[in-house]
Amino acid sequence: MAKSNKPIVWGLFAAGGTITAFLTPVMIFVTALAIPLGIMNPEVLAYDRIHAFLDNGFWKLVMFAFISLSLWHAAHRLRITAHDFGLRSDGIMATVVYALATLGTLAAAVYLLRI
Amino acid sequence: MSRRPYVRELPRTTWWLKNGRYKRYIAREITCIFIGVYTAVLLFGVKRLSEGEAAYQGFLDALNHPLFILFHLLALGFATYNSITWFGVTPKAIRIQVGEDFAPDGVVAGAHYAGWIAISLVVLFMAGI
Repeated sequence: MAKSNKPIVWGLFAAGGTITAFLTPVMIFVTALAIPLGIMNPEVLAYDRIHAFLDNGFWKLVMFAFISLSLWHAAHRLRITAHDFGLRSDGIMATVVYALATLGTLAAAVYLLRI
Repeated sequence: MSRRPYVRELPRTTWWLKNGRYKRYIAREITCIFIGVYTAVLLFGVKRLSEGEAAYQGFLDALNHPLFILFHLLALGFATYNSITWFGVTPKAIRIQVGEDFAPDGVVAGAHYAGWIAISLVVLFMAGI
């Protein structure tokens, strides 16, 4: 029987969907909206504070999981949604989106380890 | 004699505009574009953080641009919609047996919504809001 990668990509999609459902709305608010909208003190995201926060193995791992799994979630759903908008070359689509998620995962690991 | 099979006309890209159920389905599916782009922005922020204070400050300043604010407001809306739909189907994925029956759908979904609110409050608390 031919091997399928479906359990792996679907597992990453589901794990990513769960972490993104719990965290993405509040993360968008805190990291990208609260300061520009004047709701939060800019000191909260100051370089020293965030650098110290991510200079910690546990929070590095949490941030890595959040970024990587969110990317895998978005990649898989984008592959499926492409079909709904008339892009029927699933092989190309799957290659492109999973390659992007893999690159993003590697980049997240490299940048987090440099902090 | 020619056979003329019936071919149902279906617009390839706009079929989902036909009814509300399709529109809600597509709204849920395109949340992935907003989540993907936001995650890329966050990843870029981590890159700038690893490159030093000046680079990181430049990243934070760029987020003040009106187009970024507009994008993130939309992303917040779509991400929230994704959370609502994701937790809404948890009763289908998680069946908890209680005696002879299963835990009611409302309890399973409700526990997830409560957990979502709790986690969001913890993050806001950590940010000092």
